[in-house]
Amino acid sequence: MNALASHRRHPAAIAILLLFGLVATGGLYSLLAPKPAQAAVATAGDVNAGKKLFLANCATCHGLTGLGGLIGPNLAGVGAASVDFQVGTGRMPPTGPTIQAARNKNVKFSDEQIASLDAYVASLAPGPSIPDDQQAKGDGNVAHGNELFKVNCAMCHNFAGSGGALTLGKFAPSLRNVTGKHIFEAMLTGPQSMPVFSNNNLSAADKNDVISYLHELDKNQNPGGLSLGNLGPVSEGMFIWIFGMGLMIAAAVWLGSKAA
Amino acid sequence: MNENDREPEEAQVSQPGTAVRLDQGHIQGSGGIPERFSNPGVPPHVHRLADIDEQAARRAERQVATLFGISMVATVIFLVAYFAIDQKTYRFIPGIGQANLSNVVLGVTLGLSLLCIGLGAVHWAKTLMPDDEVAEDRHRQRSSDEARGEAVETIMAGGDASQVARRPLIKYTLVGALGIVSLPPVLQLAGSLGPLPKADLSTTFWRKGMRLMRDPELTPIKASEVTIGSVFHVMPEGIDKSEHLLEQKAKAAVLLLRLEPKDIKVPKERNWGHEGIVAYSKICTHVGCPVGLYEQLTHHLLCPCHQSTFDVTQDCKIIFGPAHRPLPQLKITVDSEGYLVADSPFREAVGPSFWERG
Repeated sequence: MNALASHRRHPAAIAILLLFGLVATGGLYSLLAPKPAQAAVATAGDVNAGKKLFLANCATCHGLTGLGGLIGPNLAGVGAASVDFQVGTGRMPPTGPTIQAARNKNVKFSDEQIASLDAYVASLAPGPSIPDDQQAKGDGNVAHGNELFKVNCAMCHNFAGSGGALTLGKFAPSLRNVTGKHIFEAMLTGPQSMPVFSNNNLSAADKNDVISYLHELDKNQNPGGLSLGNLGPVSEGMFIWIFGMGLMIAAAVWLGSKAA
Repeated sequence: MNENDREPEEAQVSQPGTAVRLDQGHIQGSGGIPERFSNPGVPPHVHRLADIDEQAARRAERQVATLFGISMVATVIFLVAYFAIDQKTYRFIPGIGQANLSNVVLGVTLGLSLLCIGLGAVHWAKTLMPDDEVAEDRHRQRSSDEARGEAVETIMAGGDASQVARRPLIKYTLVGALGIVSLPPVLQLAGSLGPLPKADLSTTFWRKGMRLMRDPELTPIKASEVTIGSVFHVMPEGIDKSEHLLEQKAKAAVLLLRLEPKDIKVPKERNWGHEGIVAYSKICTHVGCPVGLYEQLTHHLLCPCHQSTFDVTQDCKIIFGPAHRPLPQLKITVDSEGYLVADSPFREAVGPSFWERG
């Protein structure tokens, strides 16, 4: 320890510290970076089973009849697509009181249970139904999807689909590694702060193109590594201010110091 | 070499006449100012270790050579890697993550080879090259009086020989020609500033009766297609045929939303819309970023650049951020076929403030 302390003013100490910081940041990032979630396949649901599940898990907020309670909104007319999105991505039931329910890898229900819930809520009033697998397959025109994404989605979800901040703690989530079905449902129903992009605005084929583009983004590898979250000037600027300018200052100090 | 070893050396070299160190006490002055300050000269040269110790000099030489050697090795690795590593190989690299191997290796080796040349050169200059301070006096700049006289005579003789003084017609026409020829460059400079902006900043492509078209497909929008909570990104009909497409698009971008009519708190907003469908300029009144972040539940429109927030239920009143004017609303209605059309151009200039704006 004394040997270490006596060398703390050594010219190389800054460089070693910087290197250590870089390695630690990179290592932590690769440990903590989100991993892809598993896809779910829906099966035909049973309204009665769905009602039981609803009463047990959802009625506290959404009311015994699903028409809205003290906290939760009215679910009549939101449609099966909305339920499938909210429950299938683990957003519902929420784990605690938050401004915005976030995607949760631990989906609380099995595929059959979700299908039953979908069927029950869809039976309350007609609403958007779950897209079939073919519609959200992601085999469309990637270039057209990119164009649509830039006009309609990129301002909130970021040019690389990394998500971004909204007002008062709300946020647009990352769109990386989301199943085509869930992306389709989100556009169709406009969950939470997101506006609705009905099939009259973006047709089903257009939605498939957007999904194709997002899937292409997921497949894209980053030649430079260390994407810094693809968040744009904030994270990149921070990196270069700290590490780039730190190295410059270290070099300037070394150039200006006299030889022994 | 540690800092503690160095201090006694420095104490020995400080002599009368050199600057007094802050920790070396006080020298008694004699009072009064001397007639003339003598030139203190260059401070005494402190020899570096490599100047006095041949072994240290050889060590420095080895260090410089090692750095140049590393540079050579790195260059050779670069040349080999350029051909040896497949460009499509991706590997996990600690601290960088999943990255293109060829990219990383080429970058690191080339960077290292250039860096080591620089480091070696600087280390060489710092340890071995002479570091004595040398004063070199200026040369006299003024020529001798004879040379100056001769130069004047030569010029005067040339003037006489050209007969410029005897023939005033040549003198005046030459001055006139040189004066006028300076105008073309000035004219070109002024002309290349482009046409005057006129009303371009205050007007947009929108005219009464133009259909609202989806961006980027440019297909018309029926009022019945705009469901509650929807957002459409809109361009005016025929903008693709405009001469200055990008300039026009930058001004004409419009956001079309549908709210519950009862949520709209300002009568003017309701009247300028159609059954809760309202159209607002997408260009922020702060510095012109596209205001596209619409929150369906709160009806807030957020500008991504500087977080100006507009409340759509209150005619896009500013509720947060640096913008100073609400977003201008486009008055819309439906035509006989049920498509949304503009009922008038924008009534005020869209986008950020400018000098002549009222």
